[in-house]
Amino acid sequence: MTNTKHNLTSCLLRLVVAGGGVLLFSSQAAFASEASGVTNAAAPGGLLEAALFYFVALVAVVSSLGVCFSKDIVRMAVWLFGALGSVAVMYFLLAANFLGAIQLIVYAGGTLILLVFGVMLTSKSPWVKFECPKIEMLFAGIICAALLGCLCIVLTDATWAGTMQVVPGASVEAIGKILITKYLVPFEVAGVLLMIVMVGAAHLARQDD
Amino acid sequence: MRILLWKLWMGYRIFGPIIELLMAMFRPFAVAMYRMGGPIVAQMAGMILISAVVAVCVGVWAHAMLFGFVDESILATAASAGVELTGAFSYVSPATWGLTPSQIAVQLQQVGGVAANMSGVAQYLLWPVQFGIVRDLVGLGALMGLFNIIPVYTIWWERKVAGRIQSRLGPMRVGGWHGWSQSPADGIKLLLKEDLIPDGADAPLFRLAPYFNIIPSALAFVALPFGATYVFRELDVALIFILGVLGVEVLGVMLAGWASNNKWSVYGAMREACQMVSYEIPLGMALLLPVVTTGTLNLTKIVDAQSGGWFHWLVFSSPFAFIGFIAFFVASLASCKRAPFDLPEAESELVAGFLTEYSGIRWSFFFFAEYAAMFVVCGLAAILFLGGWHSPLPASWGAALGDAWYARGVKGLLFSGPVWFVAKCVFLLYVQIWIRWTLPRIRIDQVLYACVQVLLPLTMLMLLGTTVWVWASTSECETWAMVTAITRYVLGGIGLMFAFAFPAIAAYGFYHRRAMVGNLVQDAMPGS
Repeated sequence: MTNTKHNLTSCLLRLVVAGGGVLLFSSQAAFASEASGVTNAAAPGGLLEAALFYFVALVAVVSSLGVCFSKDIVRMAVWLFGALGSVAVMYFLLAANFLGAIQLIVYAGGTLILLVFGVMLTSKSPWVKFECPKIEMLFAGIICAALLGCLCIVLTDATWAGTMQVVPGASVEAIGKILITKYLVPFEVAGVLLMIVMVGAAHLARQDD
Repeated sequence: MRILLWKLWMGYRIFGPIIELLMAMFRPFAVAMYRMGGPIVAQMAGMILISAVVAVCVGVWAHAMLFGFVDESILATAASAGVELTGAFSYVSPATWGLTPSQIAVQLQQVGGVAANMSGVAQYLLWPVQFGIVRDLVGLGALMGLFNIIPVYTIWWERKVAGRIQSRLGPMRVGGWHGWSQSPADGIKLLLKEDLIPDGADAPLFRLAPYFNIIPSALAFVALPFGATYVFRELDVALIFILGVLGVEVLGVMLAGWASNNKWSVYGAMREACQMVSYEIPLGMALLLPVVTTGTLNLTKIVDAQSGGWFHWLVFSSPFAFIGFIAFFVASLASCKRAPFDLPEAESELVAGFLTEYSGIRWSFFFFAEYAAMFVVCGLAAILFLGGWHSPLPASWGAALGDAWYARGVKGLLFSGPVWFVAKCVFLLYVQIWIRWTLPRIRIDQVLYACVQVLLPLTMLMLLGTTVWVWASTSECETWAMVTAITRYVLGGIGLMFAFAFPAIAAYGFYHRRAMVGNLVQDAMPGS
């Protein structure tokens, strides 16, 4: 029973990642087309940046689809790296350097490694295949299609700000100051949540004593 | 073995005749070159090596001078004279392509001297240099050259040090002057070796894994500054960018181990994962000490905060930073999988760990990545704790020299310049190699004990201590200012003692180098 549940959640997760990739692609495409249409010299994006953006967006979408359609869990992790890494590159393209570096450390360098590590520790056969029943695929597909539809509606209904300038004050110092003044409570709550996760994991790991 | 037929077909039917033709044309030429050049290389190997190093240094210096000249004397003066400069500094702009050659010639006439006389040719030669994309291509070429040269010569350096420490005679037998050409020869051999993929391996992942290793370590050089202006991209988050890309490197090792479908490889990959996931935490904590002290993640600014000579280096700023530096160095050894933490590839237990199934160019990719990552962590240690590109000499002596062109040259050589950064990196690399050939490998449980129960609490305490120290330093209290000054000079004095003791001990060893290793140890022991 737990196995099925796990499968369903994973399916959902995979489709959400794919939907997110498509969403990212379309939203960023809208942003980039707005930005590159401006001819003044202070436009944030040049021709090369636009080309790089489209390339990275393509990588994001293709690797998100790869996560969905791959059967091997380790290969899924590699596809996921493609998606996460290209999102990090997008952050760098948008001059959000801090976010890009954190994306690399937390997702690409941390989460993915733990994922592969978990597979290596728990797998009983050399190639762990991931199969889920057709009916689950159907349910997950319906839910994700609905989600994607909602996101697309939001995307088309939103009014986009047009040309964005790089905010001069948005440096690491500013982010740090905001995190420990204005957003102190959410920051601490997130920390406590991670602490709870650690305690819970330790408890689960030691329950056979 | 999996031999892909289409590859053979492509190789033999399409490229084969072309390669044969080229080889038939060049074979006599190559043999003649070898016969002529071989004796010269054998005779003057050391001279050739030294002149190549000097040529590289001069090339780097000349391109920096050229870019500086174009920026200051042409673009800046043209901008102040009212010439429209749209797009000159950015990649591609639809409006204009920067200065035209004739506009450059006008600026060169204003500079006068040789530049004015040469302006007929120089206007066309300097025209491309004004574009960011041209400069980036030059910079990328330099980075890739560096990324290739550093591992090759670190491996040579490693062989030499191993030879000294363990009385290995190899480097003196083949390869010219102290075996300098062994590493390039290794490179050519690895390029030509067959690239084997085991039948049971997950072929796409097996092929992909080396790139997950080599690309991040090459990316780290993008943000690593070699001098105040010698940096490809000065990122405001350079420190965590380097930490992030080096973290991705682990994924390559794990994929290599997993995709090889070999128990030794999987063991190696598991050990790597255990080790890296745990050592990244003390490493990150130790990296936070300079960040807390200087208040920035920008490596150039961190180095700027340490200008002024030996006693201003961050490692001597507080006792916490002093211990934190040692903790950082130990954690960086583990993060580069260097001995005594080289468990992922432990040759005596795991054949070659995650590398067991690799051969040829893919195998060498892992080693390029490892040695480049060694250089990067040594560079981080030099930048964060050891003053980066500032020399130990007091900066006030340099300021007394004035601002003439020769004074700038002397300052660049003696007071602050990339040469000091590279020297510090080479010294730290030497320490890493020294440790590798001196200490035995420790067990995996000892590795994890050392991390979780020793290094992690230690670095946490050091972080707390540094925070309190920095907070106390913001107060205007005079007693505290005295305390920090005394600490600085006491720690700096300890550092100076090490700095003088090191060459003295090395000189003692060199003087007794003919003695057997055992005798040297026995003679130096107390009571002998």
